[in-house]
Amino acid sequence: MHTMISGKLLLVPLIPMATALLVMAARRKPNLRETFSIAGAALTFLIVLSLLPRVLAGGTWSYELVTLYPGIAVKFHLDGLGMLFAGTSSFLWIAAALYSIGYLRGLKEHAQTRFYCCYALSVGAGLGVALSGSLFTLYLCYEMISIFTYPLVMHHQDERGYYGGRKYLIYLMFTSKAFLLPALALTYVLCGTLDFSVSGIMHGSFPPGSDTTLVTVTFLLFLFGFAKAGIMPLHTWLPDAMVAPTPVSALLHAVVVVTAGVFSLCRVMLSLFGVQLLSQTGLGLFTAYFVSFTIIVASVIALTRTDLKARLAYSTVSQLSYIVLGVALLTPRAITGGLLHITNHAFAKITLFFCAGAIAVASGKKDIREFGGLGYRMPFTMIAFALASLSLIGIPPASGFVSKWFLSMGATDGHNVVILAVLMTSSLLNAGYFVPIVLTAFFGSPPVGEPVASGSLERAPFIVLMVAPLCICALISVLLGIFPDLLLRIVRLMTGG
Amino acid sequence: MDNYLILNTLDYPILSLILILPLAGAVGCLFLRNERTLKIWGLTVTLATAIFSCQLFSRFNPATSRYQFAELRNWFPALNLDYVVGVDGISVLLVLLTTFIMPLCILCSWRHIDVRLREFLIVLLLMETAMLGVFVSLNTVLFYIFWEGMLIPMYLIIAVWGGPRRDYASIKFFLYTFTGSIFLLVAIVALYVTTGTFFIPALMEPNYPFPFQMWIFLACALSFAVKLPVYPLHTWLPAAHVEAPAAGSVILASILLKMGGYGFLRICLPIAPAATLACMPYLIGIALISIVIGGYLALGQSDIKKLIAYSSVGHMGFVTLGIFLLSEQGLKGALLQMINHGITTGALFICVGIIYERTHSREIDHNAALAMKMPRYVTFLGLFCLASFGFPGTNGFVSEFLVLIATFAKYPLAGAAAILGAVLAAAYMLRLLQKMIWGRSDGHGLPEQDRDGQRTLWDLDLREMVTLGFLAALVLWLGLYPRPLLTIMDRSVVHLLEQVEAGTAVVEASAEKFVEAPRTVNPGL
Repeated sequence: MHTMISGKLLLVPLIPMATALLVMAARRKPNLRETFSIAGAALTFLIVLSLLPRVLAGGTWSYELVTLYPGIAVKFHLDGLGMLFAGTSSFLWIAAALYSIGYLRGLKEHAQTRFYCCYALSVGAGLGVALSGSLFTLYLCYEMISIFTYPLVMHHQDERGYYGGRKYLIYLMFTSKAFLLPALALTYVLCGTLDFSVSGIMHGSFPPGSDTTLVTVTFLLFLFGFAKAGIMPLHTWLPDAMVAPTPVSALLHAVVVVTAGVFSLCRVMLSLFGVQLLSQTGLGLFTAYFVSFTIIVASVIALTRTDLKARLAYSTVSQLSYIVLGVALLTPRAITGGLLHITNHAFAKITLFFCAGAIAVASGKKDIREFGGLGYRMPFTMIAFALASLSLIGIPPASGFVSKWFLSMGATDGHNVVILAVLMTSSLLNAGYFVPIVLTAFFGSPPVGEPVASGSLERAPFIVLMVAPLCICALISVLLGIFPDLLLRIVRLMTGG
Repeated sequence: MDNYLILNTLDYPILSLILILPLAGAVGCLFLRNERTLKIWGLTVTLATAIFSCQLFSRFNPATSRYQFAELRNWFPALNLDYVVGVDGISVLLVLLTTFIMPLCILCSWRHIDVRLREFLIVLLLMETAMLGVFVSLNTVLFYIFWEGMLIPMYLIIAVWGGPRRDYASIKFFLYTFTGSIFLLVAIVALYVTTGTFFIPALMEPNYPFPFQMWIFLACALSFAVKLPVYPLHTWLPAAHVEAPAAGSVILASILLKMGGYGFLRICLPIAPAATLACMPYLIGIALISIVIGGYLALGQSDIKKLIAYSSVGHMGFVTLGIFLLSEQGLKGALLQMINHGITTGALFICVGIIYERTHSREIDHNAALAMKMPRYVTFLGLFCLASFGFPGTNGFVSEFLVLIATFAKYPLAGAAAILGAVLAAAYMLRLLQKMIWGRSDGHGLPEQDRDGQRTLWDLDLREMVTLGFLAALVLWLGLYPRPLLTIMDRSVVHLLEQVEAGTAVVEASAEKFVEAPRTVNPGL
C-alpha cells in the first residue's frame, strides 16, 4: 500500500472554509452569494473525486500539518473509510446548496448569509473529520462541527429555536467534554500517541497487554462521547433539533453531523482499538447488543410520531445504529454492511428530508395524517420519497438492501440469532412507519374540510429548485443499489474481504 | 556562581534594560502635559520594552537549564548580597508575557481612563518594572523587593480608578496579599540565616532537614497560594477584578496570578523538594477543589467580570494541579496554562472593558444580543471564550490537555474531577456566549441609541481591532504550534524535576540514617 504525501489533502476541508469567507463577502448580492456556495460545493466534490483513483488502487493520501506535542498532531489521512464519508458528504453538499436556495427564498428566511456561511463551515469541518489521520484532528474537527452548526439549529431564533439549539449544544458539548476529552487523555496515556493506526483494521494503536479495565473504560467513554451518533440514551437532541429549517435537517441527518458521529465511532473502533482487541475484550459484541436496543426502540418511537420530520428523526436514530452494529459485529461482511450503510443511509435520508421540506413549503403540511391526495399534486416528490423509503426498509433494488444484506450475512457469520432477529424486526418496523406515508399520499383521501384542489404544486420556480435535487438523490439512492460495485470496492479496501 | 549563570553576551544588559525602561518611562510621564502625548508616550515605552524583550526569545539557548542573559554586580558585599538577574526557560516565557500584555493594557485604557491619566500611566509603568523584576531576579532580596513593589501600584489601580466598591476591594486585595508576603519574608530570612546566601540557585543546593523544608514550604506556599489563588484563599480575586478598571483586571489576571505559580516553580519545588512531595496529595486535592468550585461559582454569575474572575480560579487550579503532579507533562502543561490563561483571560477582560465603555454595564442580560450590532466584537469574544474553555485548536486546549494527560497517568480518579471542571468551564462560557451573542428575545437587548440620541453601540475601532487581533493571533498560534514555547521550557522543566527527585532521594536516605543513628547531624548545614 503506497502512501502519497500531498498538501492537496488540505484543500478538501479548506475550500469549504474559503467558500464561507466568499459567501460572507458577497452578503449584499444574494445571487453571487449563492453562486459561490454552489461553486464551492462543486469544487470540493471535484477535488475529492480527484483523490479517488489512488484510493481505489489501494493507496492512501497523507499530510501532516503540525505537531503540537509528541504524539499529538494535526494530520490528515485519506483511506477507504474516509473516502466513503468525504465523497458522500461533498456530493450531498451540492444537492443541499441547490435545495437551500429554493427553500430559503421560498420561505423568505432571515439571516441567509449566516446560513450559507455556517453551512459551508460545517461541511468543511465534517470533511476534516473524514480526512483526520489522528484522534486529535478528529476531535478538533468534530468540535468545530458542533460550534458551526449551532447557529443553524437555532436559525429561527424563537423560543423553540433557542430551546432546540441549547439542547443540541449542551448534549454535544457535554458529551465531548465529559467523555471524549478523558477518552483522549486515557488513549494518550495508554498508547503514547493519538495517531490512528495505519496498519489496517485488525490491530489498533493500543499496545498489547494494555490494562483491560482502562481499555474498557476508554472504549465506553468513546461510545458515549460521540453523541452525534445518536445512540440511546444520548439521542434526544436529534428530534429537538428538528426546529431548524429543512436544509439544516439535511445537514444534521445526512451531509455532516450524524454521519460524522458514526464515522468517528467506526474510525475509533477500527483504527484505534482494532478488531482484534475489540473481540478479545468482548467489547464488540457488547456494543452490538447495546445499539440493538436503540435500533428497535427508536423504530417503535418513530411509529408513534405523526409529524413527518419527527418520524424521520427517530428513523435516523435507528438507522445510525445499524452502522455501529455492523462494525461492532467485527466480521468482514458485517463491517462491510455497516460502512456501506453510511452512504446508503445518507442518500436516502437526505431525500426524505428534502421531500419533507418541499411538502412543507409547497403545501404547508407537516402532519402525516393530512397527506391524503398529495401524491397527485406532488408526484415527483412522493415518488422520490417512496424510493428512499424502500432503501431504508431494505427492499431491492434500492441501496439499503445491499447494506442490510451484508449486515444479515455478518450476523449469520457470527451465528448470532439475536442480532439477526433484531435486523428482521427492525426492517418490519421500518416498513411500518414508512409505508403508511406513501400509501396515504397516493391512496388516502384529503383531510376533511380541505377545499378540493388539483394541479401540480411542483411548478413554482423555487419548488423546482427543491424537487430537482431530491429527485437526483433518490435516483442515486436506487442506482447505488443496482450498481453497488464502486462502494463495495471502497469499503473492501478497509475490510479486505 | 558560574555553574548557574550564563552571563549576558549581548551588547547591552538586556534584562536591566527592560527593567529600567518602564521605570524611566514613568519618570518621563512627569514632564508631559498633553493627555494624548502621555498615552502615546506610555504606549511607546511599553512597546519598546516588548520589542527589546523579543531578543530574549530569539537569542534564548534552549539547550541549557542555566540562567541566561545573566548580570551580576556587587551590591552589598557585607551581606553577601549581589544584584543578580537572569532568566531560564520558565521565567523567560513569563517575562515575554508581561512585556507583551503591557502595551495592550495601555491600549485598552485609551478611552476608559479620564481622570488622573498621568498618574495612571506612572502606576502602570511602575507595575511593569516590578512584575518583570519578580521574574528576572535570582536573589531572594530582589525578589521580595519587587514582589512587594507590585502591591502598592496594584492597590492604587484598584483604589483610585476602580468601580463603586473600590475601597472594599482594594483593602481586601492588600490585606490578603500582604499577609501572604509576610510569611514569604520570614522564609527568606530563615533561609539566609541557615545558608548565608540570598542567591536563589545556591539556595536550591543544600538538602535541608525535612522539618525545616516543611516550614519553608508552608510559609512560601501560603504566600503563593493567595496570589494564585487557590480555594479558599480566592475571595479577594472576584472583588478586585470587578472593581478594577479594564487594564487593572488584565494585569491582575494575565500576570499577577502567574506570580503564585512562578513562586512555586522557582522557590518551593527546588528549595523544599521533600516537603513538596509530602504536601503533594493535599495540594492536588486543593487544586481539584479550586477547579470544580471555581467553575461552579462561575456558572452562577450574572456579572461578566465576576464570571471571568471565578473562571480564573478554575484555570489556575489546573496550574496548581499540573505543578504538583511533579511530572514533565504536568509541569509543562502548568507553565503553558499560565501563559495561555494570561492571553485568553487578558483578552476576555479587554472584551469586557470594550463593552463596558459602550453600555456602562457588566450584567450579561444588559449586554445581550450583540450579534447584529457588533459582529466583529462578537467574533473575537467567541474565539476567546472557546479558548478559555479549552476548545481544541486554541491555546487553552494544549495546556489543559497536557495537565489532563499527566493527571490520568498518575491518578485517574483525580482526572475525573478535573474533567468535571472542564465540563463546567464549557457550560459557563457557552452560556455567556449564547446570551451575549444572541440573547433571549424578551426585550433585554440594548437600544442602539441612548436617550440623547447618541449611538451607544458601535463596533470595534481600529485600536481595539489591533489589540484583540494580536491576542487572537496568539491564541491560534499557540493552539496549533506551541512547539517553540515547549522547546524553550523543556530543559528547565526537566532540570527542575531532577532537582526535586534528587532532593527527595537524599532526604529519604538521610531520614533512614536518622533512624539508625539519631545523633548524627546533617553535615551539609
